[in-house]
Amino acid sequence: MSGKPILEKLSILADAAKYDASCASSGTVKRDSTGTKGIGSTGGMGICHSYAPDGRCISLLKILLTNFCIYDCRFCINRASSNVPRARFNPQEVVRLTLDFYKRNYIEGLFLSSGIIRSEDYTMEQLVEVARILREEHRFGGYIHLKTIAGAAPELIARAGLYADRLSTNVELPTEAGLQSFAPEKKPETIRKTMASVRVGADDAIEAAKGRLLKKAKPPRFAPAGQSTQMIIGADASRDDDILATATNLYSGYHLRRVYYSAYSPIPDASSDLPPVRPPLMREHRLYQADWLLRFYGFQRAEIMEGASGGMLDLSIDPKLAWALMRRDIFPVDINRAPRELLLRVPGLGTRAVDRIVAVRRTGKLRIGDLAKLTASVKKLLPFIHTPDWRPGPLTDSASLRARFAPPAEQLSLAL
Amino acid sequence: MREVVLARPGDFAEWRDAARGLLAGGVAPEDVSWRGAEEGASLFGDDAPSASGAAVSLPRELLAMADRVICHSDANVPARLYRIVWRALRDRQLLARRSDPDIDWLSKTDKAIRRDIHKMHAFVRFRRLGEDAGRERFAAWFEPDHRILRLTAPFFRRRFYGMDWAIVTPNARAIWHDETLTYGAGGTKDEVPDSDVVEDQWRTYYGAIFNPARVKIAAMRAEMPKKYWKNLPEAQDIAPMLAGAAARVERMRATAVSLANPQTDKWRTSMPEALALTDDIDTLDDLARAVGGCTRCPLHCNATQGVVGEGPAAARVMLVGEQPGDREDLEGRPFVGPAGQVLNEALEEAELDRQRLFLTNAVKHFKFEPRGKRRLHQNPTTGEIDICRWWLDKERALVQPELIVTLGASALRGVTGKSMSVTSMRGAVHELAGGTRLVATIHPSFLLRLPDRARAAEERAAFVADLAHVRELAA
Repeated sequence: MSGKPILEKLSILADAAKYDASCASSGTVKRDSTGTKGIGSTGGMGICHSYAPDGRCISLLKILLTNFCIYDCRFCINRASSNVPRARFNPQEVVRLTLDFYKRNYIEGLFLSSGIIRSEDYTMEQLVEVARILREEHRFGGYIHLKTIAGAAPELIARAGLYADRLSTNVELPTEAGLQSFAPEKKPETIRKTMASVRVGADDAIEAAKGRLLKKAKPPRFAPAGQSTQMIIGADASRDDDILATATNLYSGYHLRRVYYSAYSPIPDASSDLPPVRPPLMREHRLYQADWLLRFYGFQRAEIMEGASGGMLDLSIDPKLAWALMRRDIFPVDINRAPRELLLRVPGLGTRAVDRIVAVRRTGKLRIGDLAKLTASVKKLLPFIHTPDWRPGPLTDSASLRARFAPPAEQLSLAL
Repeated sequence: MREVVLARPGDFAEWRDAARGLLAGGVAPEDVSWRGAEEGASLFGDDAPSASGAAVSLPRELLAMADRVICHSDANVPARLYRIVWRALRDRQLLARRSDPDIDWLSKTDKAIRRDIHKMHAFVRFRRLGEDAGRERFAAWFEPDHRILRLTAPFFRRRFYGMDWAIVTPNARAIWHDETLTYGAGGTKDEVPDSDVVEDQWRTYYGAIFNPARVKIAAMRAEMPKKYWKNLPEAQDIAPMLAGAAARVERMRATAVSLANPQTDKWRTSMPEALALTDDIDTLDDLARAVGGCTRCPLHCNATQGVVGEGPAAARVMLVGEQPGDREDLEGRPFVGPAGQVLNEALEEAELDRQRLFLTNAVKHFKFEPRGKRRLHQNPTTGEIDICRWWLDKERALVQPELIVTLGASALRGVTGKSMSVTSMRGAVHELAGGTRLVATIHPSFLLRLPDRARAAEERAAFVADLAHVRELAA
């Protein structure tokens, strides 16, 4: 199989990798090539070097080592029973591609995943080997994201953490029942155990750093950009409530940096029991918004679900607005006096706008005109706030408030 | 009217020196006219006072912003910056007044510069020139909106230390060679090669990573505006990719689901089957495997793994706790978290060797409530304890301890099947059916929750005494 020309392999193995949504290159340690005189730097916010017409950022060279796979997960383009063309890179070819792309400033680094060949341990070893060659033989300082193969030995995961900035293990489907029916070889417990060993590795590295005697001796870092996971949305019957419950558990148990929600999108040579529909992009978007409310806005899952019906988020308005419409007793809030936690709950105010408001109101009373300079959407705020020169009066409680924000019905069907 | 001529547009030092001079001379912003060298000097202007070296103290944040904003291509920037500096010296709160028109302008302009910098970091495309004494050489042509080369070149130096490179822009160039960064005059596009062999691979990658089922052109153009496309090798493929997208999706949908790949069976390896609960469990290893697949109650859904007991199969003393905690759940071993720490210290004081004890829990899965980044321990219900008793009984049957020590009320329930208070059972030796002796004491996590230090010390001593009693009984 290694006889295929490199362009053909690249095409097959990038095509096979694109269903992994993550392309983040942020949140890792500051590193540059001045000390090593090699190539590569990281730190601060990630950089998106290009965008594909699907609107997704291209930050990393996202490829599979191989798309041969002994598993038969029905939602996956690479499942054993699929008839897609197969290819396999050897570790040196991936290293070459990564360096060639990196030196031309196409990418921030590598996101390497793989189908399972021979065994979980063998596959993981191959991934770790690519990262090792890049770091040790080429002094590569760019970003490396490795997929951890669920079920691989903890020692291999520990080695992966030494080379990689980020590790990720996909839970694939939000519920255990979904996983059992769509990915019979994957065991939820194995996936969770793998995430647990990543967290233990990270916790131990932090403890080791605290306990060291010589402050100058830098302890080895363990996956400084943390771990993430991905769930496929819309392939099975899980409700948004289940999805957010799973996400909450994963955030608390394994300290994930991100949970990615990936709308199930039809794949070539699909299995017959999957919906041949357009990917539910709006649902995916609402889940991301809800996820942000959980992590940065102090919302509990139960609160978010107050604005939902039947366990599903409202598709036509965002989840914070949906919640606020159910909890109008709290509004309007006084922009000049409300505590930060309450400002965060005002529809239309993001964390940045809230920080600005809190900083600026120390220098004087804010009026509606001032708000326009601090946030993008004053119109959206109006029913929920009051200032010295604005009171919403009956607007806050008016029956037609939802209609003010929700797009007309026919537009909605287009958006889907 | 004072007149300041800036010979090097975008040069912060030149503007700063001029501004210092003006501030030292007390020249108000409305009395200064700023112009570039190429514009003819005004007929009526006086020369600005030269920098007198008078120290001016300004907020660090304002200086950092001025350093960036001066690169803006708008000719009015030097004048407006001077006015802000002038005002900032008289109003220490000025920068915090985000709704002030000058500060609003400053932050918007700064944002535009930072975006330009960020896009330059992203969209510069190097092309390979060749190799020189083992060092690869690259060059890139880039057209930023503003004069930001000096703000971006250090980024490229940190990133591409190990290769030689040049970035050419219309009004300046940066060259990294011999581990030295130098700047020079602007240039033209034809100084840089018009292709690179790796570009074919990059374009192949760009085409393959695109998902035709989720076209979102607006999202792409918002982040990668069309003005950059002419210098991005991959951008020439956008139009043909979009033109073919709908057809590709249609083909995917229309293709009848094909037969399974006949090679499937060759690749697949046989998976070891998990032991069914009813299978014979003859050893502790069998038991561990079976607990791994336990779905007798819903606790397994959220916990990482079932945690079975640990210790010699012939241990004479068995310690039973409540359930695994956060750390135990992650590691898959009992008593390795904070409560385990307390237990270890108490065992040591009581001169009991942990290696010779069998440690386990009444409930094998961790029950918790997720709260942000933490999992808060929740007590198992009697129902959950009773369901899990099946496993504890198996462990007792396999280890056959002479003495069981229950830590806390849940353990007592797990061992006896009855709800009893620890206080009423504590301090005596009880006999269980079959002749096994039972000693009840508190759970070590109880000691962690006592806020009063005197009380905690007292309780801890009592706990150690209980364990010492266990040592005597087991002797």
